[in-house]
Amino acid sequence: MPISVEHSVAIIAVTALCTIFLRAVPFLVFGGKKEVPGVVSDLGALLPSSIMAVLVVYCLRNVDFAAAGHFLPELISCLAVVGLHVWKKNILLSIGFGTVCYMVLVQAVFV
Amino acid sequence: METGKSKRDYIGFAFRQSVPVMLGYIFLGIAFGLLLQNAGYHFIWAFFCSLFIYAGSMQFVLVNLLTAGAGLLYTAVMTLFINGRHIFYGLSFVEKYKKMGKAYPYMVFSLTDETYSVLCGTKVPEGMEEKKVFFWISLLDQSYWVLGSVIGALAGSYITFDSTGIDFSMTALFVVIVVEQWMEQRSHFPAILGAVSGIAWLLLLGPDEFILPTLCTCVIILILARGRLMPGAVRERG
Repeated sequence: MPISVEHSVAIIAVTALCTIFLRAVPFLVFGGKKEVPGVVSDLGALLPSSIMAVLVVYCLRNVDFAAAGHFLPELISCLAVVGLHVWKKNILLSIGFGTVCYMVLVQAVFV
Repeated sequence: METGKSKRDYIGFAFRQSVPVMLGYIFLGIAFGLLLQNAGYHFIWAFFCSLFIYAGSMQFVLVNLLTAGAGLLYTAVMTLFINGRHIFYGLSFVEKYKKMGKAYPYMVFSLTDETYSVLCGTKVPEGMEEKKVFFWISLLDQSYWVLGSVIGALAGSYITFDSTGIDFSMTALFVVIVVEQWMEQRSHFPAILGAVSGIAWLLLLGPDEFILPTLCTCVIILILARGRLMPGAVRERG
């Protein structure tokens, strides 16, 4: 262990508390007995579609178009997931196939 | 409140919904446990980190904070910065979670990227209570993460299977949910907005700092456009 037990526990506790705080903010602000304002319930309905698209960008944030091996596996696998899902509409199949496809590409094709 | 569905039915359904997360969480958990183990912390530490923090990317940063002996203020700032996006997830569940009863605090605590996505994509079957389904999905997801971390700390160095790239299951999960939402909704504006502002801020600020400005942009534009978007924009307002 690089640092003392007390210091380690303190770092972990601070990380945990800050994370819990962030997750609780919307509930602390709007979770009371009062009616939820219209803006918030509209955002609740509209925001998930935006957030999911943002999370895809987030997952792909480190792709690098300068080298084929750093964007083609992601591109091919994502297209495979989209195509398979539009075709079969089976979540597990799409994710399972996409993941295996990506693993084969990064481990065996674009080494 | 008997609905005729047993606990086993609920766990079975929640399990099927959570399988995509299981793959990713167990393997990412193993990676975290192994990293923490290599930094000199045995599996009890990995167990408590995953139990109390439960935030994937942040826990990887945590290993660096520990080995560097970071100050507490610095730790707090880093956490608020890296996990800032979590503020936005609760907005979709404020009304639902209020009715969760005893599970309410746990539901708020366990709202990770992946759990959020699965809950957004889950269609609760006829005859099942949504809140029980949501609870079991959330609990199963965290157990995968905790289990993976402990396995990683205990046995990570013995795993010889090359799992490089398995974390793509998370990307695939998010892509699938985008596709599902795309096919269900008449207005594609929110999804396009997320993608375009995400890419724009990524190009502008780089991979480490783009997520918060992106989410703020989405919120502001959606608030401005909600009058146009809401009537019929989303078939199910859940």
